Amino acid sequence: MNIRTQISMVFHLDKCIGCHTCSIACKNLWTDRKGAEYMWWNNVETKPGTGYPTKWEEQSEYKGGWEIKGDILKPKMRGRWNRLLNIFSSPPMPTIDDYYEPWTYRYEDLFNAPEGDDQPTARPISLITGEPINIEAGPNWDDDLSGSTIYARNDPNLESLTDLEREQLNELERLVFFYIPRMCNHCLNPACVATCPSGAIYKRGEDGIVLIDQKKCRGWRMCVSGCPYKKSYYNWNTGKSEKCILCFPRLETGQVPACMHSCVGRIRYLGVMLYDADKIEDSAKVSDDKLVDTQLDTILDPFDEKVITAAKAQGIYDEVIIAAQNSPTYKFVKQWKVALPLHPEFRTLPMLFYVPPLSPIIAKMESGKFDVVNADSTAQTDHLQLFHSLADSRVPIKYLASLFSAGDTSKIDHIYKKLIAVRLYMRSITVGDVTQDDLKKAFETGNTNAEEAVMIYRLTSLPSIDERFVIPPMYREEAIESFGDVYDHKSGIGFGFMQKAERRL
Amino acid sequence: MTNSFLFIAFPYLSVTIAVIFTVYRFTTDRYSYSSYSSQFLENKELFWGSVPWHYGIIIILLLHIFALIIPGAYRWLLAGSRIELFESIGLGLAFLSFVGLIILAVRRLSDSKVTAVSYATDWLLLFLFLFQVGSGIYIALTYRWGSLWYLNTIVPWIWSLFSFTPDSSYVVVLPMIVKLHILNAFFLIAIIPFTRLVHIISAPIPYLWRPYQIARWYK
Repeated sequence: MNIRTQISMVFHLDKCIGCHTCSIACKNLWTDRKGAEYMWWNNVETKPGTGYPTKWEEQSEYKGGWEIKGDILKPKMRGRWNRLLNIFSSPPMPTIDDYYEPWTYRYEDLFNAPEGDDQPTARPISLITGEPINIEAGPNWDDDLSGSTIYARNDPNLESLTDLEREQLNELERLVFFYIPRMCNHCLNPACVATCPSGAIYKRGEDGIVLIDQKKCRGWRMCVSGCPYKKSYYNWNTGKSEKCILCFPRLETGQVPACMHSCVGRIRYLGVMLYDADKIEDSAKVSDDKLVDTQLDTILDPFDEKVITAAKAQGIYDEVIIAAQNSPTYKFVKQWKVALPLHPEFRTLPMLFYVPPLSPIIAKMESGKFDVVNADSTAQTDHLQLFHSLADSRVPIKYLASLFSAGDTSKIDHIYKKLIAVRLYMRSITVGDVTQDDLKKAFETGNTNAEEAVMIYRLTSLPSIDERFVIPPMYREEAIESFGDVYDHKSGIGFGFMQKAERRL
Repeated sequence: MTNSFLFIAFPYLSVTIAVIFTVYRFTTDRYSYSSYSSQFLENKELFWGSVPWHYGIIIILLLHIFALIIPGAYRWLLAGSRIELFESIGLGLAFLSFVGLIILAVRRLSDSKVTAVSYATDWLLLFLFLFQVGSGIYIALTYRWGSLWYLNTIVPWIWSLFSFTPDSSYVVVLPMIVKLHILNAFFLIAIIPFTRLVHIISAPIPYLWRPYQIARWYK
């Protein structure tokens, strides 16, 4: 057992209202710079939709993630020789048009325009060339555009649906969408690290944060294609790639990452998990349907005495183990098993998990008007029907399975049944119209019990900030100690290097 | 006097500048080491320019160096009728890189996004390389069997420089265009540390044997 620690995240999609506050917090803090204007280390997408960059999930085109060739796990971009031979112009790399061309407006025209009959206008100009442009795409350009022919209907995840299901999804009355906030998954088996020819990208041993060493990056741009989530971005101004740093300067000082702290819906959870690094390759090498299970197997139980002893022997501090025991992500992912990774079939073992959205599945169309209750049901069991219409769900389960479980609908089904049982139980307490029989049945199908239901309910609806974010101590002082003189850093601020981040020669 | 400056002092000076300032830039401003790729802004033309340019020039450059380091093997390679095949391949590669270079130049001029990220040194490099490859092709076409007389003129001259017994007499008799080809080459070497050419030094060969995953620990 080679125990390591990993900062992991859970996003509860039922609570996401799609307000983009997370994206703005991140942008203001990290990417409001020349060359980074187009980057959204954190972005929120409308699903079904093509996302950002356009159709990022289409790996037949972008070649992100891993594949199994025979018995070997290889980046989908092929082997090392292939990378180097294609270094001069890497074909699967997205260009700025797949994101959008950043722009501003010529505001001075509003003040300097000569007097006339027309209202002066501020023309949009490109932030790259400085010339006037026609804006054709922008940040969250596809926001809320469910049913649109250019966005929603081109969602790569719809491939798993039948034509009929696809048509139903696009019927005006059944239109449905939900949001997926996305950021770097800080994967256990990151493809960006594997495809970087310079070896500039690395995983921090102590917390698993994936970073790009800006002094080692040479702008070969392979990570941009290599990351299947397209969460590594090329800065066209500095000639370096950049990505989410999980606000490590904040984490090291005990603060919550900006996107998570600012989240209005409080959908985000962060905590540390212990995992077995020896199992990484094997768990990424299994067939698609087993990927989620093997990934969960690599995550270790922080309450297990054997794990604790081994962790301590490997130099993991007691405080970190306690943080792992209190981790909300461990509860969602391992204990309750209601959160799944996004696109496990990319085989990077992402450590950002999603609780699939329940809300869009429950409404149903009957005789021309919306009716959240199945018409065939009897009065006593309305709520059961309401929460039990998985087969009639507005978002096909297959679609969610294509997002979160590599196509395995039973995984989604289990989660829904459990979440429905939680709702029924809470309803039985607050409203009191659920019979004991129904409750028992719900607990059985949901594979849960009253105690667990209350815990899930509490952490979903009423968690304090300390319950949502359990940040382990990062022992920054030891890192400084090992690299230099502590007294140089005493009462100092800042991190990184002092040169300006721009091209000079 | 002029000859001893151009073909003795200048090569030494250029290599010295290249080494000192490359090391200086690497130690003081490692952040600035990048290929400064513009593929992100323009993808399609780059492929037809960058790929032929790099493949052409790298092989030709390696052949120049090969003759320098192992003249014996190089001489054997050129023996008899093989020289015709050898020169045709060389010329083909030269044309390949020249065409690539022209496509890259046109791209840099015509695509407004690429123009926006073009620095003075980029234009300078394009110009110098166009001259270098162009003069190389001209020499190959007008002064036959350059691959052979290279071995008896420039190779011993560079060896004389290497062994610190400089002898410019090997090259002073060469035609003007060849002299310019040589001087331009050493000028290109001299400006390596002041341009994006530093990416040659960063060629990621160790990628071939390093493990896929990298972790860094505090201690």
